[in-house]
Amino acid sequence: MMARRAGAFRTALFYVTISLIALFMILPFLWMISTSLKESEAVMVLPVRWIPERISLKAYRDLFTISTVVPFHRATLNSLVVSVLTTLVNLASASMAAFALAKFDFRARDRVLFAFLATMMVPGAVTMIPNYLVLRTLRLTNTFTGLVLPSIYNAWALFLLRQNIMALPEPYFEAAIIDGATPFAVYRHVVLPLVKPILASLGVLTFMGTWNDYLWPLIMISDPEKMTLTLALGNLNSRWGQKWELLMAGNLISMLPIIVTYIFAQKYFESGISVGGLKS
Amino acid sequence: MYIGRGRKRRATIAAFLAPTVVGFLLFSLIPIARSLYLSFTSWDILQPAEWVGLENYKVLLGSEEFWRVMRNTGEYIVLYVPLMLVSSLALAALLNRKFAGVDVYKVLFFLPVLTSWVAGSLIWRWILNHKYGLVNILLGHIGVAGPAWLDDKYWAMPGIVLASVWKDAGFFALIFLGALKGINHEYYEAAQIDGASPWNKFRHITLPLVSPTTFFVTITSIINSFQVFAQVQIMTYGGPAGATQVIMERIYKYAFQFFKMGYASALSWVLFVIILIITAIQWRLQKGWVFYDG
Repeated sequence: MMARRAGAFRTALFYVTISLIALFMILPFLWMISTSLKESEAVMVLPVRWIPERISLKAYRDLFTISTVVPFHRATLNSLVVSVLTTLVNLASASMAAFALAKFDFRARDRVLFAFLATMMVPGAVTMIPNYLVLRTLRLTNTFTGLVLPSIYNAWALFLLRQNIMALPEPYFEAAIIDGATPFAVYRHVVLPLVKPILASLGVLTFMGTWNDYLWPLIMISDPEKMTLTLALGNLNSRWGQKWELLMAGNLISMLPIIVTYIFAQKYFESGISVGGLKS
Repeated sequence: MYIGRGRKRRATIAAFLAPTVVGFLLFSLIPIARSLYLSFTSWDILQPAEWVGLENYKVLLGSEEFWRVMRNTGEYIVLYVPLMLVSSLALAALLNRKFAGVDVYKVLFFLPVLTSWVAGSLIWRWILNHKYGLVNILLGHIGVAGPAWLDDKYWAMPGIVLASVWKDAGFFALIFLGALKGINHEYYEAAQIDGASPWNKFRHITLPLVSPTTFFVTITSIINSFQVFAQVQIMTYGGPAGATQVIMERIYKYAFQFFKMGYASALSWVLFVIILIITAIQWRLQKGWVFYDG
């Protein structure tokens, strides 16, 4: 009896502790939501009211209508297009090269692999300036093409995929070749279906990374019509730095799609993190 | 694999490799060479590039600004790394149990990781507001007059660190969680029989067995610390009085606001060298420092 009571007490203590920590983690978000629903006169008022006296959606309306603000529906669409394209380009290019480097023997292979490996050490800061210059010469600044194009080379995704393709059982390939499959058919109908889980994890990770990226779009895009959500938010921050209800409403809008994606693909996020941990 | 022969086979390989190889040349190899070249020039977009040898590096290493940036980054690392290690390991330890609702808590701890750096920084800029920010309001409840945080040159960097720990703890917690799940239960059962306290179990079993992960997370987070950008750009813009200027922020501003491409490239190579040195130290230490479960 005593023991059971002690056990119940410990369980309760555990839940209280973990709930307090969780509360601490999400308090900033609650604060964000609370602020975004206030009228601007009610934002800087003490004592704080967590539930606004009058709930106002004006900040959300303003994000889509004020002319000096980058229109948020536009920015959301831009972010979506850029993130999806980057993910597809990255996965397609890396998986093709990974297949060639995993399943074909050729003389230069080891040298090619070594060259890729060597560039993985170089931080993005080094290539960022010349990449911008090349894309400027190609007149691709202020375009989605320019924003997405550098992702055709991703050594990290390539090595991860190559490792997975090499681990695939050989009989699958032999069977396909006996059936007279072309290399592209092998890639399309044998390799891709078999590495789907790792593609999903990589895809989710790339999508999230691109959605949240700030520095590269900041360098490449200055046209308000082409801005992604992070740029729109940065822009809002420098123009309306004290309009907290507006900033917080924009924040919430920028977060929603990624949270929805997370809820539907939690499994891939977690496996993505465990492989992504090796990357960063 | 034996598909095709001779020319056809070479064409196949070339076709599969083409996008990656073009990308490698255009966005990696040539840029690296070009960046190194630029770092020895005075190029500022307006005037044609002029070879200046090591001038950029000399100016850079002799400037007060560079050493301030290093001190700022050092301060960030000294505060951020221990706080982040403790909080992410604590979160992982809490999540490494079977209890009703574990997935809900996981999502809650993970929300800051999903948030972009821009959004997270904006929230924290508001939370750290001197008068109306949540942090100082809460501190006020316990009778502490909070500092001006981002407007105060001594408190701005700690403010950025708070935001960064909040943002990253969930990410590293998942990495630690993976390591904790890998620990053999028999160790704990044996300790239980010997009557070890929970703290002693943590201290003498968990800590040594997750040390490879701790080591990896420490190195990773130090390397990441040298590349902090969005937090600073959004929260303080490098201020006040340069107290939160960091390397990436300097590279961005020199290259894309002052158009000093040569100087900015030199800075990026200094960053590269720093990362190389940390990686070399990592390789050296890995052998002695870490305990691997045999």
